[in-house]
Amino acid sequence: MSTNKIRVTVNNKVYEKEIDSRTLLVDFIREKLGLTGTHVGCDTTNCGACTVLLDGKPVKSCTVLAVQANGKTITTIEGLSHGKELHPLQKAFIDKNGLQCGYCTAGMIMMAHWIIRKNPEATRDEIREAISGNICRCTGYDSIVDSIQEASREMIPEEEEDLVTRQRGR
Amino acid sequence: MYPQSFEYISPRTLKDAVKFLKEHEGESKILAGGQSLIPILKMRFASFGYLVDIGGLQDLSYIKREGDSIRIGALTRTGEIEESQEIRMNNILLAEAASQVADSQVRNMGTVGGNCVHGDPGNDLPSVMLALDATYKLTGPDGSREVPASSFYKDSYSTDLGDAEILTEITVPVIEHGSGGAYVKHKRRSGDFSIAAVAAYVTINEMGNCGTARIAVTSIGPINFRSKEAEDFLIGKKLSDQNISKAVDLMVDSAEPAADPYGSVSFKKEILRLVGIEAISKATDRALGV
Repeated sequence: MSTNKIRVTVNNKVYEKEIDSRTLLVDFIREKLGLTGTHVGCDTTNCGACTVLLDGKPVKSCTVLAVQANGKTITTIEGLSHGKELHPLQKAFIDKNGLQCGYCTAGMIMMAHWIIRKNPEATRDEIREAISGNICRCTGYDSIVDSIQEASREMIPEEEEDLVTRQRGR
Repeated sequence: MYPQSFEYISPRTLKDAVKFLKEHEGESKILAGGQSLIPILKMRFASFGYLVDIGGLQDLSYIKREGDSIRIGALTRTGEIEESQEIRMNNILLAEAASQVADSQVRNMGTVGGNCVHGDPGNDLPSVMLALDATYKLTGPDGSREVPASSFYKDSYSTDLGDAEILTEITVPVIEHGSGGAYVKHKRRSGDFSIAAVAAYVTINEMGNCGTARIAVTSIGPINFRSKEAEDFLIGKKLSDQNISKAVDLMVDSAEPAADPYGSVSFKKEILRLVGIEAISKATDRALGV
């Protein structure tokens, strides 16, 4: 087995691990770090359930090798809340029924976080286009768009930018 | 799903990367963003002894305007192309196509170089590069050489790129006043490959007729290709609806799509006809400043 040592910052915490070179980022996050909020859905780059932020931008972590994240900053769903206080996106998904079974939710919220940082005033159509790489089989998406718009009113872009980029490059 | 085991190498310089590729010719594969390669490895369609990750070569990521050209580092992410003001302002064809590649997550990771060099005829950017008459800079053990996109594609997944070469830069022209481009893609589902897509670039000469026409096709046949039939018909003629329609008929007649679960040959030809007309018409409107 070929291995590599990687150093990544995940949710503001630095990890150094020796891993099998072929480890996928999603498996590294779930199995090596125990952060099981990020889900594996299709495992074929289609569904977006495994979406995490890599240096602030959403990627499908089933289609990234953990070694590619070496030296980078990762934010997962666990990195959004402050202790027990939910992030505005998490609250909005509850308040606006943005989930039913919940399987797509972590990926959907990480995607939404980027959408709002890029454009806090995104229209419904723009949001729908932007979440086109995230599949939900329950809601029909309307309530997800409601949730994202609701959260965008509560989020302060600079604070959110800081949340996902702190410690970048260290 | 896991890829078969490989050794992972992340060279610090382009020179080191090329050197490693030369020393391990035939057993190594370049990894850039990995958005095509990683699925192939996971499904075990292919395996390699070494993956040479060039993702860390930051100096291969740039968008630079130089006179009437734009030079793009091969490691520039597709999402960066989509969002670049330089490209949006000066090459709408490329910006329009980049924004239609897969989905946002894939575009944030996938690179323009990877999209162009992979050799998948379903990829969008090779058609754009054909329509723009782009130039690829390939860097190998004996230095760099420049190859026009028009002679780069040989067969599906087979290109002019040597085993120890890396695509390092793509040069595209600025789309000047009096010229226009458009990319129109028809896909079955959001984020999917197209059933057919067309990249069109036209210029209008002083007579008000078509000066240059380059029409390139995605997802039809083994490689992305230019339709000489359509181009030759249009040059020197007025870019009227009727002439565009005739040119597209010539393109469709000579196209050889394969039937697959996405559709029959006749269905794909009909889709190609529709996207072809829309792309050339849109490019014409843009050239005329309509």
